[in-house]
Amino acid sequence: MLDARDRQLLELIQLGLPVCSRPYAEIGSELDMPEAEVIERLAELKQKGLIKRMGVIVKHQELGYRANAMIVWNVPDNLIKQLGGHISQFDFVTLCYQRPRQAEWPYNLYCMIHGKDRATVLAQLEQLNSTCGLAGFDREILFSRRCFKQRGAIYQRATSTSLTHG
Amino acid sequence: MLTPLHKRLLNDFQRDFPLSSRPYLDIANTLGVSEEAVLSAFTELNDKHFISRIGPIIPPNQLGVSTLVAMAVPEQQLQTVADKISAYPEVNHNYEREHAFNLWFVAIASDAGHLQAVLESIEQETGYKTLSLPLLDDFFIDLGFKLDLHNA
Repeated sequence: MLDARDRQLLELIQLGLPVCSRPYAEIGSELDMPEAEVIERLAELKQKGLIKRMGVIVKHQELGYRANAMIVWNVPDNLIKQLGGHISQFDFVTLCYQRPRQAEWPYNLYCMIHGKDRATVLAQLEQLNSTCGLAGFDREILFSRRCFKQRGAIYQRATSTSLTHG
Repeated sequence: MLTPLHKRLLNDFQRDFPLSSRPYLDIANTLGVSEEAVLSAFTELNDKHFISRIGPIIPPNQLGVSTLVAMAVPEQQLQTVADKISAYPEVNHNYEREHAFNLWFVAIASDAGHLQAVLESIEQETGYKTLSLPLLDDFFIDLGFKLDLHNA
């Protein structure tokens, strides 16, 4: 789906659009790609769903959303699409994924809630449980404590240096 | 501390950021301010770490292969182990969470082999097992996050 030029463009632009008058021209100059082509490729990637959204990526924590919970449920596989779709419609939800169950970790449905405080997040979780019919399933709530590292999903090439400290 | 302009920039341009030659001028025109004002307001938001960046949200596994990893690490060693893990360029997010599995991070690499090598390297270096939970399906349609900035 992505050609080599799309890949180069995404790898660069995911580091952040420059804040200057002609930011796409600046991105393009680093790739030897005309500004118009940068814009056209981004529009196409967006249209194909290879960019989910393009815009301001906020830091919830810094803006007063101090409570962050990852909630996991063990739901039947045949219900997971429907439940995941329903959960995703709440505007306090910021992620919703299916992941495989493991022997020591029996959960398959994940969502993330960002709220101003713990009580708000717990109330929102109650709302999810009752509205989506999740109350009967095993679940766990994992509030975040310390953040050791936070960065966008920056794709790393396999480099000789990246594994040397193993 | 946030001006009305800051608040509009934070909430109204999380998606459909203008794809035009002068996107900040387009935003300025929409908001009835100058391009200069928009550029300096974004610079302030960056400097104060209220925004991570302006950019694309790319669906998982389009660029490289990623996984969510959980580890159970004794409390007194958590900081040391977490620091070792954060040092890997392949690790993006690394959080302590309230659970016996108390360390959670996302690792992303160019292919499955590289990702596996990173996890093995982390296990060797820290002495603790990794529980890898790769994504199977993504249900979330990302439209951005409506921030309540009344008291900000």
